[in-house]
Amino acid sequence: MPTVPPRTETNTIAVSLPAPSYPVEKTSLANGLRVVLAPDHTAPVVAVAVHYDVGFRSEPEGRTGFAHLFEHLMFQGSENVGKAEHPKYVQAAGGMFNGSTHPDHTDYYELLPSGALERALFLEADRMRAPRITRENLDNQIAVVQEEIRVNVMNRPYGGFPWITLPPVAFDTFPNTHNGYGDFHELQAASLDDAEDFFDKYYAPGNAVLTVVGDFDTENALRMIDRYFAGIPPRPVPVRPSFAEPVRTEDRRAVLTDPLAPRPALAVGYRVPDPTADLPAFLAYDVLTHVLSAGDASRLERRLVQKDRSVISVSTYLGTFGDPFDQRDPLLLTFEACHPAESSSAAILTAVDEELDRITADGLEPGELARVQARIVSGLLREADDALGRALGMAAFELHRGRPELINELPGLVGAVTSDGVRAAAAALRAQGRSVLELRAGAAS
Amino acid sequence: MSQVDLRGGTGTARIPPVAPTVAADLPAVAERMLPGGLRVLVVRRASVPLVEVRLRIPFTGRGAAHQARAELLAETLFTGTQSRDRVELATAVQALGGALSTGVDADRLAVVGSALATNLVPLLDLIAEVLTGAVYPSSEFSGERERVVEEVTIARSQPAVIAREGLLRRLYGDHPYGSDTPAPDVVATVTEAEVRALHAERVSPTGAILTLVGDVDPRAALDQVEAAFGGWAGTRADPTPPLPALVHGPVMIIDRPGAVQTNIRIGGPAVDRHDPAYAAQRLASTVFGGYFSSRLVSNIREDKGYTYSPRSSVDYPVAGARFTVTADVATDVTAPALLEIFYELGRMAVLPVAADELDAARQYAVGTLALSTATAVGLASTLSALAGAGIGVEYLRDHPVALEGVTPEDVLAVSARVLAPAKLVTVLVGDAEKISAAVSGLTELVTADR
Repeated sequence: MPTVPPRTETNTIAVSLPAPSYPVEKTSLANGLRVVLAPDHTAPVVAVAVHYDVGFRSEPEGRTGFAHLFEHLMFQGSENVGKAEHPKYVQAAGGMFNGSTHPDHTDYYELLPSGALERALFLEADRMRAPRITRENLDNQIAVVQEEIRVNVMNRPYGGFPWITLPPVAFDTFPNTHNGYGDFHELQAASLDDAEDFFDKYYAPGNAVLTVVGDFDTENALRMIDRYFAGIPPRPVPVRPSFAEPVRTEDRRAVLTDPLAPRPALAVGYRVPDPTADLPAFLAYDVLTHVLSAGDASRLERRLVQKDRSVISVSTYLGTFGDPFDQRDPLLLTFEACHPAESSSAAILTAVDEELDRITADGLEPGELARVQARIVSGLLREADDALGRALGMAAFELHRGRPELINELPGLVGAVTSDGVRAAAAALRAQGRSVLELRAGAAS
Repeated sequence: MSQVDLRGGTGTARIPPVAPTVAADLPAVAERMLPGGLRVLVVRRASVPLVEVRLRIPFTGRGAAHQARAELLAETLFTGTQSRDRVELATAVQALGGALSTGVDADRLAVVGSALATNLVPLLDLIAEVLTGAVYPSSEFSGERERVVEEVTIARSQPAVIAREGLLRRLYGDHPYGSDTPAPDVVATVTEAEVRALHAERVSPTGAILTLVGDVDPRAALDQVEAAFGGWAGTRADPTPPLPALVHGPVMIIDRPGAVQTNIRIGGPAVDRHDPAYAAQRLASTVFGGYFSSRLVSNIREDKGYTYSPRSSVDYPVAGARFTVTADVATDVTAPALLEIFYELGRMAVLPVAADELDAARQYAVGTLALSTATAVGLASTLSALAGAGIGVEYLRDHPVALEGVTPEDVLAVSARVLAPAKLVTVLVGDAEKISAAVSGLTELVTADR
């Protein structure tokens, strides 16, 4: 593997950080479907992913939760596949599958023994061409999604905190503020016409990326892709609207009481640069999150956990679900902490401000940037060792930037982040209005 | 008029068959038993320039006090040695492109991590430094103890944890397997002297297993481990005490007033990995509830919409295996869901599975075993878990063969032993006032306090 030397501060020993060199090939079909292929024969497995360029930010008002409900419906059968048969065909081939709904995209994927590639391509093509959704299946999946929301949100402490509850504090417009899991009444109101409209508008082949990674022959895969996907008629591709909102200069605060939570919690949202427009600037924020909260040597672990003893746990991350690279603008850097009743959120906020100010004023300690970069890069390599992880990463890069090969370039770009870049990121967080959400413990003992 | 019709489609296209996949070569495991008793396994996997580390140390002990001390030991193991403090240790690990974490359960203490493969030696040195010289500094200990008290308090407010604790207690009583999450009031009483004593007694290489998988030269890595861990010595831990006999009895409700769901947990003893029925049990659990295509998911999710993620599994702790059924269902369908689960369990126990059902489960078990070992992370975790059960890498070759030989009769026989409703106990975490009447129409019932 080629190595990319990171830029390091003075007084540190430069280390060579490895970067992967996965082969990446791209093509597209006449119907507009983009195809990304990355053959790799180290293990007899293959990952297939289809990403549609629509997430819950695009769902219509009055139909919150619809993008996610529709994801469930895509498993309910298609032209040649009966209800619940998609999972059976994948699993009986020795594979696993899932789908997930994100703010800006919805993905469907399989990881299988390599001999099952053709079957996976057939199944994805069949539902891209013609999902088959009945009233009965729609009602069934509305009930299933309601149980998903009960288990993950309503029946547990800290459910949906802060991914559902912070956006309404941080943003103003419906796409950015609404609950992606959806309101129960709106889910129950979902109709077959809604499904048809949503599919028609957003699930066009030209609005999708097909990614195949792992143990396959490229020529053979292209033949199969052509056989199954090329016949899907093209449809107009929706113009993706801008969801941009201005960065506020004033703080905004909200308080909620979680009746099930035994201890209070605090979340703070900060805006970060558009990752698609300026990836190097964005990566400085990614490095900053690791400087702040990755491991016992990080700034906030040392300050809040070890010194002040003011929190029980702390994390900082980019993106709604903690993946820095699967979301478009606007997105947040989120600080999250759970704390004892005795420590005040005001004191925690002050400490966070002080730590950001310290980075802004003094920069990083000798060796701090290099060790954080080393850890981020080895984490990226580890994720990419998994064919499915690699496929999902490459697909998001293709979807947002048309550059799946970023999977190979990312370690080098992380290595190129400078101490000044991290300082500037910390300063930018301090210069804007924070979005602060306090969770009060309704079940304090 | 839409361009697509979601209600149409009764296609008849042929579903493509699956081509045979040539199995991966069996990983070559280099192995050495160090004089101190540490068993070391190394596999070269050069797909990424990293090395994965899995260390498991036998750590059984009896009683809530041991459990709480073990938890605090795991949480504070890396807070200082004679030569480095907590931040210096963490700084050093990060500089290796590394991360290390610890965990403990009723069987073992685990140190899990990874680093850039070129940094294997300093990573090993650092782990050995901690194992042979952790000092549990007072300056860190009391604060960490308070933090862990809060952490377990929060954990025990999660319905999934309440339900797991309830089932384990119901199955194992006061046996070490009877709890997974220590009680906050017991954690609060642990002293650093107790944790230091526990370390001296139990953080021992005797019976411990270190597994390394990554872009390393196995022979050299064995020498490097021996050089790093040569000074580590200790005595053998007591074996895990035998499991108590299961006491059958009524369904137990753990009351959680206002709960909008009921957490259904059903469990009982299962056969262990060395039993001739092991492969059949794997497939029985798979057909019943071990994957999305199972009877349980088809029935209570895809047909009735009672639940999101129902499942069954078999766990293999050292002293004896356990079969578990898990379903979180809407409060008002608790009794109907329970009825369907018992029905599906009973069907497994008294009627043979269909040939195609068995074959799908078989292909899934064989295929996912290959998927789970396709990465360095997966291979390291799989080999470490197998080694902990006294099973070698040949399992990756032999288990698929055993699965191939399982017949519907084998599945019926093991289901009658393990999945039969009469062999299992049930715990429900939910709103007792809302669910008791309907559930008591199905079965005997008792309500427990939390």
